[in-house]
Amino acid sequence: MVIAETSRVEHVRDLLDRVVDPDIPFLTISDIAILRDVEITDSGAVTVTITPTYSGCPAMATITSDIHTVLAEGGFGDVTVDTVYTPAWTTEWMSNDAKQKLAQNRIAPPDSVLAVVPEVLCPLCSSGEINTISEFGSTACKSLMVCTDCGEPFDYLKAI
Amino acid sequence: MNTVTTHDALATYIVRHGDDNVVMGQRLAEYVSRAPELEEDLAVSNLALDHIGVADHLFTYAAKIESGDRSGDDLVMFRAEREYTNLLLVEQPQHGFGDVMARQFLFDAYQLPLWEALSGSIDDTIAGIAQRAAKESTYHLRHSSGWVIRLGDGTDESHDRLQKAIDGMWRFTAEMFEADDLDREMASQGIGVDPSTLSDSWEVKIGSVLEEATLTRPADPFQASGGRTGMHTEHLGPMLAEMQWLQRANPGLSW
Repeated sequence: MVIAETSRVEHVRDLLDRVVDPDIPFLTISDIAILRDVEITDSGAVTVTITPTYSGCPAMATITSDIHTVLAEGGFGDVTVDTVYTPAWTTEWMSNDAKQKLAQNRIAPPDSVLAVVPEVLCPLCSSGEINTISEFGSTACKSLMVCTDCGEPFDYLKAI
Repeated sequence: MNTVTTHDALATYIVRHGDDNVVMGQRLAEYVSRAPELEEDLAVSNLALDHIGVADHLFTYAAKIESGDRSGDDLVMFRAEREYTNLLLVEQPQHGFGDVMARQFLFDAYQLPLWEALSGSIDDTIAGIAQRAAKESTYHLRHSSGWVIRLGDGTDESHDRLQKAIDGMWRFTAEMFEADDLDREMASQGIGVDPSTLSDSWEVKIGSVLEEATLTRPADPFQASGGRTGMHTEHLGPMLAEMQWLQRANPGLSW
């Protein structure tokens, strides 16, 4: 059966929607914009292009391995995962949908990187009265905040 | 200049920046579990991850340019002290949290303008790594500046300790801005940056933070140098021995 290239790419993208960020498992690599491109040749060789979030993000190795696994399960044996650095990953690439998912899971989503003073809202009570506990949180991409109104400590996905 | 020499020069240039970051990352990793509070322990391990991550990207690229048998990991694990070309500042050991933050601050204030300049490199890979690292450096510098101010303008004890830490590291700061032939060649090709052009930005940042921290800018005119040519202080060798022994005892070991 011959499938048009666009639909084959769509098929690969659907499979890749099973690959999540292991540190934020409700976001797929497409949600968080680590996934930059998918190409497929006539012979069925797949090239997946990803961009690392942080230089030292330990999740990248897991993500690369997961990409190989889901595509192998989907019948794609010839897979290359290319890591590109330019342009550098930014939280600006995250969709509003992804930011809503973050908030629903009690992680404050990133404000615009252009904001001089980033607006951070408590993911529990939506108060803007926030103190920073630590610039560096549970993972490289988050800092640790506390709401001074309701007392909720929470992670903030840093805007970069 | 023939192609081979150009490749060698480029690889050497990338490796020196990789060396700065892997040594800095290893020093920070040594301090994990020793920070004064849990949040700072997380911060120190995050800083270490960022530096080692940048180093990993740079060494992988350098190994690709060399197109020989060495991998990026080989460059880190199987080069000896005299083959390491990192700046002397980053290899200095820490005897307390003040040393960690003083070293970090002096280095961050150099690395941020460095990465910003390298973000415009005509070499796409270097530019991409630098753009990523510049964002991280901005965070690092904010963090280390904050601690220098808190400790400097804190108690008499914290002030004295931080002043001693800054005084002790100061002799390794001028080396960051020394340009050699390779720096100048890479800068002239639009690939690299002449480090002497970064000192103005560094001086401004150091001056304003030290003033706010009520710390005195050291007046000691003695400045050490030699890291870029493999002439290190006595501290690098033991650090590399600790870092490399597992791979040297079990070559090819992997997870």
